[in-house]
Amino acid sequence: MVNVLVLLKLVPDVVEEPEIAPDGRSLDPASVRLVVSERDEHALEEALLLKERHGGTVTAVALDVPEVDDVLFTALAKGADRAVKVSGVEPGMSTWAAAAALARTLGAAPGMLPADLILTGVQAIDDLDGQTGPVVARLLELPYIGMVCRVEADPAGRTAVVVREYAGGVTGTFEVPLPVVLGVQSAEKPPRYVPVARVRAAMKAQRLEVLPVAGEEEEEPARLEVLQLSKPQVGGGAVMLEGAPEEVATQICDLLRERGLV
Amino acid sequence: MTRDIWVLVEQWRGQVSDVTYEVLALGRELATATGGSLQAVVLGPGVAGVPSSLGAADGLLVAEHSSLAEPEPDLYALALAQVVPERQPEALLIPQTNALMGCGPLLAVRLGLPCINSCRDISLDQGRLVARCLLYGGKVEAAVAPGRTPVVLGILPGTRPREQGRVDGTPPSTAVSVDLSTTPAVRFRGYTEPPPGDVDITRESILVAVGRGIQRQENVALAEELAAALGGAVCGSRPVVDQGWLPASRQVGTSGMIVEPQVYLALGISGAPEHVEGMKRAKLIIAVNTDPRAPIFGVAHYGVTADLFDIVPLLIDRVGASRQKAAS
Repeated sequence: MVNVLVLLKLVPDVVEEPEIAPDGRSLDPASVRLVVSERDEHALEEALLLKERHGGTVTAVALDVPEVDDVLFTALAKGADRAVKVSGVEPGMSTWAAAAALARTLGAAPGMLPADLILTGVQAIDDLDGQTGPVVARLLELPYIGMVCRVEADPAGRTAVVVREYAGGVTGTFEVPLPVVLGVQSAEKPPRYVPVARVRAAMKAQRLEVLPVAGEEEEEPARLEVLQLSKPQVGGGAVMLEGAPEEVATQICDLLRERGLV
Repeated sequence: MTRDIWVLVEQWRGQVSDVTYEVLALGRELATATGGSLQAVVLGPGVAGVPSSLGAADGLLVAEHSSLAEPEPDLYALALAQVVPERQPEALLIPQTNALMGCGPLLAVRLGLPCINSCRDISLDQGRLVARCLLYGGKVEAAVAPGRTPVVLGILPGTRPREQGRVDGTPPSTAVSVDLSTTPAVRFRGYTEPPPGDVDITRESILVAVGRGIQRQENVALAEELAAALGGAVCGSRPVVDQGWLPASRQVGTSGMIVEPQVYLALGISGAPEHVEGMKRAKLIIAVNTDPRAPIFGVAHYGVTADLFDIVPLLIDRVGASRQKAAS
């Protein structure tokens, strides 16, 4: 049996173009729809695979931000046993502050710790000042391994064998004592799909637990000053090919022919 | 407080990474601007294991310890946390790579220092460091200043040409001692090579690359058809491999393969930094994406704002016709 906590972070969905707010230093909330961070979906999948292999429980935890209910009910529909919403947090927290709030709350709530494994995505697209896994691991004084792509737990032996990615497809294998915090890069399998009907059913049949954020907000040692957000110059590099698809296809073919490639 | 700039040397399997040299080049510029010295921090193998290509630095800080033989971020952070406080550099630059991912945040939390991730450039603005960071998959750039120093900076690959930071010579070294007796019992067991793929994409001269825009596994066949017409191979970005639509041996990017083909056709690939790092040295890059603001157009030589499904079937025809003409 393993008890796994999965920390889920919500980030802007960049399928839609994020717009910069008039203050020039934040994103316009109206342009942003929050979705679960892609790597966190892999963390949840790996947690569910661990539960399938070893038995035990999966608890999904997220801060109370817009769209969080959808994310947590989706986790329940996928097979998580418990879903916990940490309430009373400020919107727009930095990664460090959000991770610190999670670590404080998990530490204070009865029955949440020690978990055998705490899984989260290795990084998120808005991690400017930290990464959830390393910050939580340090604040809870647990070992941390990132870029994880496979986990085999040995609950009786209180250890896990963790495989992490390096470059060029090479992986490295580590043995770690439990409990441990892991930053997941990719699960062993693609994250499972769950139909909307099952999420709706979970909304009716199950409930989210709410934990108020614990403790005083600590002074953030890592506070940064965001001077300005901007859209990086793109298109500067590329000569844009214009015209109907037929013309564009001809132009691409010509480019290849000029270089002797077709 | 000195105004020294430190660069953490990434050594993996006996090799200093290319990114390290890029970061050394950036560090050299910063040290010139601050008036401090540039120190290369070498953990693990000791002076004997230091390569003679770190001449861009003014000095080496060498912490020799058998536990640091592998670049394991948790242990690296523990070691660095014993070296940074007494010497107080202005900034510690850490390559933001797979091997070192998390090292910066782990160190920063240990010491209560500011940490800035995903830096694509660092400059000195009226005496203070300003980092330019790529966020949201490369769609937004943030100019950020640390509240104080020392600051820990995660540097993305590609900030400077690697040749610029790769300088022959061995600067004078200073040995620093670290105590790792409180180390959590993380035991390294070994590396595993990737299973051999059917195709070695690093040896192909024509690559047809697909990203999220390919939408469904069935659609990969369309890219296969184009690759067959061109005499090349199909590869892809991380999301496509994560979905299991292509094997890991076909993944281009920092976790996958670094490719330098004659032509790289990027279909439905947005151009997240980790992908771009794997393909930016292709001789000819042509990108097709529906989003005119996709970062891939920043690295491509030619771009088309269109749906790949409108372009690719026509391109297969054109290439086929061109081949026939050449053959007749």
